[in-house]
Amino acid sequence: MTSIYGWGRYPQIDASVYSASSNSEAVKKLAQINTVIARGLGRSYGDSALSANICSTGALTHLLDFDATTGVVRCQAGVSLADLLAVFVPRGWFIPVTPGTRFVTVGGAIASDVHGKNHHIDGCFSAHVIDLKVALASGDVITCSLNKHTDLFRATCGGMGLTGIILEARIQLRRISSAFIDETTLKAANIDQALSLFESNAGSTYSVAWIDCLKRGPALGRSLIMLGEHVQHGELVVARKKILALPIDMPSFLLNKFSIAAFNALYFNRVRASRQQRVVHYEPFFYPLDGIQHWNRLYGKKGFLQYQFVIPKAAGETAMREILQRIARSGRGSFLAVLKVFGKQNENYLSFPFEGYTLALDFKLENGLFELLDELDRQVLDYGGRVYLTKDARMSETTFKQSYPQWEQFQQVRERYGALHKFASLQSRRLGL
Amino acid sequence: MQNILIVGATSAIAEATARRYALRGSKLFLLARNSERLSTMAADLKIRGAAEVYTAVFDANDFASHQSTLSAVNDALGHIDIVLIAHGTLSDQKACEASVASTLHELTTNAMSAIALLTLLANQMELKRHGSIAVISSVAGDRGRQSNYVYGTAKSAVSTFLQGLRNRLYKSNVHVVTIKPGFVNTPMTAAFPKGPLWASAETIAIGIEKAIDKKKDVVYLPGFWWLILMLIRLVPERFFKRLSL
Repeated sequence: MTSIYGWGRYPQIDASVYSASSNSEAVKKLAQINTVIARGLGRSYGDSALSANICSTGALTHLLDFDATTGVVRCQAGVSLADLLAVFVPRGWFIPVTPGTRFVTVGGAIASDVHGKNHHIDGCFSAHVIDLKVALASGDVITCSLNKHTDLFRATCGGMGLTGIILEARIQLRRISSAFIDETTLKAANIDQALSLFESNAGSTYSVAWIDCLKRGPALGRSLIMLGEHVQHGELVVARKKILALPIDMPSFLLNKFSIAAFNALYFNRVRASRQQRVVHYEPFFYPLDGIQHWNRLYGKKGFLQYQFVIPKAAGETAMREILQRIARSGRGSFLAVLKVFGKQNENYLSFPFEGYTLALDFKLENGLFELLDELDRQVLDYGGRVYLTKDARMSETTFKQSYPQWEQFQQVRERYGALHKFASLQSRRLGL
Repeated sequence: MQNILIVGATSAIAEATARRYALRGSKLFLLARNSERLSTMAADLKIRGAAEVYTAVFDANDFASHQSTLSAVNDALGHIDIVLIAHGTLSDQKACEASVASTLHELTTNAMSAIALLTLLANQMELKRHGSIAVISSVAGDRGRQSNYVYGTAKSAVSTFLQGLRNRLYKSNVHVVTIKPGFVNTPMTAAFPKGPLWASAETIAIGIEKAIDKKKDVVYLPGFWWLILMLIRLVPERFFKRLSL
């Protein structure tokens, strides 16, 4: 037994963890335990990879096949995106969709059906998964794709590990001819300007905004919008910069609305011109926080919650402004929050993104936070939005079922493949799955 | 391009080291007990850049198979530049205390089998006057402690054997390095929160690669263990015996 928690360090539970060193071992162990959830690098924020029994994919880190002409790689579920980048960037291939950290596993990227700065063009991670192998409750290992066992594929991508243990996947990588990104930073004085800049730059491959959630009044939602394109000619190098680590928990009182407002002002004014262009390596462009190991210690011992929601485009700027006002009024918003415009929704039962605006921000865990988030939930739901399961540790069953209307189909697929009761997490229990 | 033989290749440290040599485009021969894991690992190393990967199922405790296995390795690789001996088990101290058979078994796995293999390899490499021998011992061999002295005894035997071997092979241009890792975060403990003394298998692998390149004699990995063990060795036995270590 050992104490286990997600990236937000809330909640924590005692769990027994076993590590499968091969597919056959993973299947064999599955028969010996009642309920289990798979876990990779533990980067989901809340309780989606927490359970009394945890199957770690920490030893399933092998690349199994690579076609250098097509860029299709077959690998085990425990392979990290960092590892894929290290091996394939020098050969001119990049990850098709990447979240804000490269320290996630392929299995986790599929289970969360992660999105990146290119969602409006390239969709979620699952759009680039050719097929995948899942160990079911029965011990059978099934290969599923859009054409084979489609229901299992649709439920597994974005299914938070609740259909079985993802063992392997085949992924289509993206051709690149340089490891560098041509980055353009645009300054937006408020949320209206930010959203219209997204609109007018919809053709950019990558786009994301850092938004100051503490500003109120006419500067509400002032942002820095970052656009990116792969550089056409350049070196294919993997940066080997030393990673800094935060060795201890910071006293959480260091983060308060004054220190955060000061930080945000510095950050925003760092960019002087309304438009700034530079060429950067892919690491600082995609993974600004990966440079600091254990940055989650910044929020102190008690941990933090990350809250990410999406609201439909139809709800528009008014909705976004109203929610931002609520957050700004609370004075709790963390450092910079992340704003992005999503593209089209896919057909997976529980994948989070749909066409609209998404905002992600951290909240230090403290009294009154849950009440604020419940209130935000209601606002988000009123506008037809929903909250990202990968970051969630506290959403109510009702909220979930209202905002993820395909949950019943999801459950039917789980039942068909014998997954109900066998694969469960603290989150799935809380959400009534 | 270097030719490398790895014994106990599926262990976390050995695999991490193999990946580093694959990046360099080396030719590898892997020995381990589990054939499924060996073939997965071979596929992985080839994609990572290894020029060639050979494998054979091998149980180090099957002493009769040592010579024939080494012949197969020589046939495949032609010559050996580097040998990494990494097989072993973390002994269950309590089980060993309760059973002579368990104790002898642990000593066989962690000391005798390595010594037997090294005897054959040393003769071969001495003749060729070429190569590096790296063996994973442990900080546990530096001083006997009640919590794991059977394992410690085995590792201490290996370390002492290597001292002699290094001394003997020096004039034959064969390099011998004793690797002493501290706490290593292996897949078995992947999901556990770790204290500051724990290192990843990758960190240890980088240290092994460097120790071989720089022809070091004895390395503690990470290096701070040298200081810790020096202090531990300094404690007089009449105090040390009272401690619950």
